[in-house]
Amino acid sequence: MASITTAASTDTARVLIAGNEPPTPASLDFAARLRRARLGLIVALVAIVMIFVSYSSAYVVRQGLPTLDPRTGTLVRDWLPLQLPNFLLINTLVLLISTLTMELARRHAVRVAVAARKAFEPSTRIESDRTPWLALTTVLGVSFLAGQWLVWRELAARGFYVDTSPSSSFFYLLTGMHGIHLLGGILALIAAGAASLFRKCAASSAVVVDATAWYWHFMAFLWVYILCLLEFAR
Amino acid sequence: MATGEFAAHAVHIHAAPTSWIRKYVFSLDHKVIGIQYFFLALTAVFVGMFLSLLMRIHLIWPAAVLPLLGEIKPETYLTLLTMHGTIMVFFVLTTAPQGGFGNYFLPIQIGAPDMAFPVLNMLSFWVTALAFIVMISAFFVVGGAPLHGWTGYPPLSALPSAGPGEALGADLWVISIALFCLGALMSALNFITTTLDMRAKGMTLMRMPLTCWAWFITAILGLLAFGVLLSAGILLLLDRNAGTSFFVPLVTINGQLTGHKGGSPLLWQHLFWFFGHPEVYIAILPAMGLCSQLLSVFSRKPIFGYKAMVYAMLSIGFLGFMVWGHHMFMSGMSPYTAFAFSVMTMAIGVPSAIKTFNWLGTIWKGRIRFTSPMLFALGFVSLFISGGISGPFLAQPVLDIQLHDTYFVVGHFHLIMGVASIFGIFGATYYWFPKMFGRMMNESMARWHFFITLIGTYAIFMPMHYLGMAAHLRRYSQLTELKYLHDLVPLQEFMTYAAFVTIAGQFIFLFNLFWSMKFGEKATDNPWEATTLEWTTATPPPHDNFGGHIPVVHNGPYEYSVPGAPRDFVMQTDPEIVSAH
Repeated sequence: MASITTAASTDTARVLIAGNEPPTPASLDFAARLRRARLGLIVALVAIVMIFVSYSSAYVVRQGLPTLDPRTGTLVRDWLPLQLPNFLLINTLVLLISTLTMELARRHAVRVAVAARKAFEPSTRIESDRTPWLALTTVLGVSFLAGQWLVWRELAARGFYVDTSPSSSFFYLLTGMHGIHLLGGILALIAAGAASLFRKCAASSAVVVDATAWYWHFMAFLWVYILCLLEFAR
Repeated sequence: MATGEFAAHAVHIHAAPTSWIRKYVFSLDHKVIGIQYFFLALTAVFVGMFLSLLMRIHLIWPAAVLPLLGEIKPETYLTLLTMHGTIMVFFVLTTAPQGGFGNYFLPIQIGAPDMAFPVLNMLSFWVTALAFIVMISAFFVVGGAPLHGWTGYPPLSALPSAGPGEALGADLWVISIALFCLGALMSALNFITTTLDMRAKGMTLMRMPLTCWAWFITAILGLLAFGVLLSAGILLLLDRNAGTSFFVPLVTINGQLTGHKGGSPLLWQHLFWFFGHPEVYIAILPAMGLCSQLLSVFSRKPIFGYKAMVYAMLSIGFLGFMVWGHHMFMSGMSPYTAFAFSVMTMAIGVPSAIKTFNWLGTIWKGRIRFTSPMLFALGFVSLFISGGISGPFLAQPVLDIQLHDTYFVVGHFHLIMGVASIFGIFGATYYWFPKMFGRMMNESMARWHFFITLIGTYAIFMPMHYLGMAAHLRRYSQLTELKYLHDLVPLQEFMTYAAFVTIAGQFIFLFNLFWSMKFGEKATDNPWEATTLEWTTATPPPHDNFGGHIPVVHNGPYEYSVPGAPRDFVMQTDPEIVSAH
């Protein structure tokens, strides 16, 4: 049991299928649904990558373009380098911590799902599914979004609006698109939390939490990428 | 948590709905969703066709005052052009073959009870339907529908003051496209996951019917392409409404500066065509898969070179992402870049030729049954050749600069992307109608429909090539002002008359469709004596497709005229055959 619960959930699924006992419909189903959810998630992430790839290429192209100054008739650059607010570092830290709590929530959910399956065996103790990780991740995610809002406010106070310069346009665009995607993750977390509160089937909620966790990790990675793009390709 | 709950999941993804709303409107069943997509596309194609008819009428009777529309001004003509293109490309050519038939038959052909994510599937249809409603609503707002063409080039598309339809109408257009992208992405996600994860036992990738391969590859193209269009659409919306300058350079309208500066219209063109060229294959690949299927079934022969067909489709899909620049030869791109795009474009001729010769190889010495689906498949091959052969002309920058803004291009893409794909849709309709609705379509009406459409579309689009070579510019609403255009008017008149006849022929199809649903001859489970899984189940298929069991596959999809077999076809589920051929 110990080795099962510490293994990553694909391994769990594999153990469940290839283990000593013959596979039951329940174990097959959990493994199959987990696999399907993860496959679907990978495919969805490809689409999201394409969106940000196109924005990155637009960023690089737009940065290099000169524009005509109508007063002097010469070509000038309209790209004002943007000093990123330091507050972004705190946001980044919040998001990185949230990936840790998310991972803890994911491992816990899978453990509960596996334990629930074993519940019919008398020797198995069902773990409580009351851990703070899911709620904590949600709070951290919302804090990140609130922090981004503060960053926007700071930029606006400095006079950088969405149409001030292409650099500020891209800043609002990239952070905004990332925020919208993260908001989707938060909604999924709330859905998963509600499912576990209302004592829905543990395997279903584990599948949701698992897929959301990988999505969340990807969002953190994407954020670091965006931050690097904005900082190093000013 | 009960074990029984899981066991139920293992076979049925969701229970059969009981209420009318869940059964016919917000259904999770891929078959119902497929039919919904089909009827959405059917509505769209008649709207789009009506718009094209108005354009054809205006071209030869420019002074005619039309009922409801009144006199057609040049900007009205551009509006018709824009909406015709947008509706046809997105809501017909992308919607019917993939969303319609793909949704209905991909799960059945691979032996799955439903799509991988049924709720997402329902959502993708309703988002697409909403996109269509938003698109149509652009006709009814102040200023009317946009006039920037289906390609939406800025600055025209980015400036609300650029024309009568460019205010709210253009906003609705961009929003509709963005919604469509969302729907297409969700649909692509479902198709890919379903194909990879839900194939029945024995259904290896290389035993999938070529239709499934085509839907699968189309979904991959859609997944990679629609995200780019979506992001471009968001940038365009920001340029239009938030004052940014992604695409708009320093421009003046009536001497007034617009406030935009420094943006690049070429950036839009790159993003748009990075989507736009794969979109061409999104429209035609399902038709290619279907054509392969039909030619094999009705020639009673295995498809010639199954693996070559698969690899050809994969390489067409791959190369499709390498050639977007050939839409931009006129944009002042470096000749070296143009050369690279040109070479890549002509390279697509190779897998296309492989497919064409394999189709010919398939029907060679076959015992051909000239049923209506077969006629449309043969028509597809014909159109694919005659529409495709002008591709290598246009792929050469030197020729393209002469031909680009002429009717030559219009003729080229209408034959290959428009009519050829439509023939795929018609072939699919006649082929699968018995399975979908339980009755056969009327064969003699189908034949009339086929010959009128084949001859009619050639009569409309072939002369366009000659017009183009005579430097007849496209997008012009009036032909009477220029002397050399005036001499070409008789040819335009001929095309308009041909359009009248062709469009009349489509009403035969429409009548046949609805008449056969009610009065057609009852269909058996396998009326065409085909081998794939959809013909092993009841007609129409039950809610879980195979009535409580999952089929096991033993054979490839094209086992026709197998030596030693009791019948001239071996179902995919029949016991293993001795591979003597």
